[in-house]
Amino acid sequence: MNHNHPVFTDNDPQSELVTLNLGPTHPATHGVFQNVLQLDGERIVSGVSTIGYIHRAFEKIAEHRPFYQITPLTDRLNYCSSPINNMGWHMTVEKLLNIQIPKRVDYLRVIIMELSRIADHIICNTIIGQDTGATTTFLYLFQFREHIYEIFEEVCGARLTTNIGRIGGFERDFNDIAFAKIDKFLKEFPKALKEFENLLTRNRIFIDRTAGVAEVTQETALEYSWTGPLLRATGVDYDVRVSDPYSSYQDFDFEVPVGTSGDIYDRYLVRNEEMWQSVRIIEQAIVKLKTEPKGIFHADVPEFYLPPKQEVYNNMEALIYHFKIVMGEIDAPKAEVYHAVEGGNGELGFYLINDGGRTPYRLHFRRPSFINYQMFAPMSEGMLLSDAIINMSSMNIIAGELDA
Amino acid sequence: MEETTLNNDIHVKLTERFGEKVTAVSEPYGLLTFVTYKDVIINVLSHLKNELKFNFLTDITAVHYPGKDHGIAVVYHLHNMVEKVRIRIKVFISEQNPTIPTATGVWKGANWMERETYDLFGVKFEGHPDLRRILNMDDLGVHPMLKQYPLEDPNRVDKKDEFFGR
Repeated sequence: MNHNHPVFTDNDPQSELVTLNLGPTHPATHGVFQNVLQLDGERIVSGVSTIGYIHRAFEKIAEHRPFYQITPLTDRLNYCSSPINNMGWHMTVEKLLNIQIPKRVDYLRVIIMELSRIADHIICNTIIGQDTGATTTFLYLFQFREHIYEIFEEVCGARLTTNIGRIGGFERDFNDIAFAKIDKFLKEFPKALKEFENLLTRNRIFIDRTAGVAEVTQETALEYSWTGPLLRATGVDYDVRVSDPYSSYQDFDFEVPVGTSGDIYDRYLVRNEEMWQSVRIIEQAIVKLKTEPKGIFHADVPEFYLPPKQEVYNNMEALIYHFKIVMGEIDAPKAEVYHAVEGGNGELGFYLINDGGRTPYRLHFRRPSFINYQMFAPMSEGMLLSDAIINMSSMNIIAGELDA
Repeated sequence: MEETTLNNDIHVKLTERFGEKVTAVSEPYGLLTFVTYKDVIINVLSHLKNELKFNFLTDITAVHYPGKDHGIAVVYHLHNMVEKVRIRIKVFISEQNPTIPTATGVWKGANWMERETYDLFGVKFEGHPDLRRILNMDDLGVHPMLKQYPLEDPNRVDKKDEFFGR
């Protein structure tokens, strides 16, 4: 931070500060953020972040929606990895209701969540390349995000805001095309990722732009409640998947990569390595699925899992459950539960208070982007404007998650 | 099982230090939860941070229970990353005078979490360096997450709850 780029304080006659309004819609910020910066030449003297441009009051809306209608709201938090949000929410409700999930569903969820993590990290890392002037990397890897979306489309019918899965599992089983697409992805993606790394990891220009820029110590990162790749880049090996396993992550063999200095280069390396680890996890999940009984794609919880439409028309019990679920007549325990998952950007927490009514009494999202972003303005002080831009890209702040 | 003994240890240590100020201890879904009071909350938080290794502030938020004596609960989630324990602390404060000391002195990261809580619930964090609205516009005039503010225009006649069996 400051010690890397001392602000020049010579007696320059042009020492007047310039106020620059970076945002709310600026092509370099990849989202709706506003930062009012005081500039001394190209160096940032101070900055104030203004957020809330796409605040949609999800916490208020969630107080008026039954559980299954809250899933589409979570889509729009971190819209680069919606399935993680969806499944985090489903697992929160399942924790509240003490639902036991079959292993096969857990593994299917792990596949989808790791694919979304890859999609999320692809966006972040290719855009760091883009912002440091390397458009090629962006074009090389970005098509694999498209392939991931095609897998989502096969599984749930949607691409970006997926609304994937239901409380208790998935709304349908993965078909053969989905598995074929996953296999194809697992074959092709490592090659492309290798090429991508060849382009950037030992690239002198890229290292010059990123190494030593925006360094953060472990103490500062913990003090500011950072989580996710940003915290791991500083050297703290905190990953919710390991420290608080959910969805059978304890069955998988993977590593939690950590950096040393917390600078942009380390964040890039951590995210890259996490993509390799995600590929490893998906491969293991595919193998594990072969030993699980076929055809199970949801837990047996008729009170919460919508029955197939055909049965609703032909079967009395299914009709009753359908009616009760849609009208929100199902009793849920009066309790509070906190559940966290490892989102693309860090610990995504759901704090749910249920009072036994049809809607949550209170639902709070612990949004990693919101909490990570508060350090952006303080850490920009003394930085070059162009460094601050790549610092923002490397923090991977998603406006939807920032503003909820 | 292990977690329960760990929670017990924490509970015993907290009671030793703060006595009667630690009340309503429960353990929903294995997460140690207790209620404390606003005159000691900062001491409790720094004790947890410095002595009991709860070095990580996961979240600060609030809940509104209208009609009660102390109708706003400020909720802190802390995390001990070394022993992998989480803890939840609640402080109930009055609706008429919702003030509580700020935790920004303990964790700098509390800054925006408290601003968000102020914005949505009107909780005034005393001593906060920059207590402004964060998500809503400055001249909103209300704190929208309080239960007395309806989600939609209350004058609409086509969306009454009774029509939906609620």
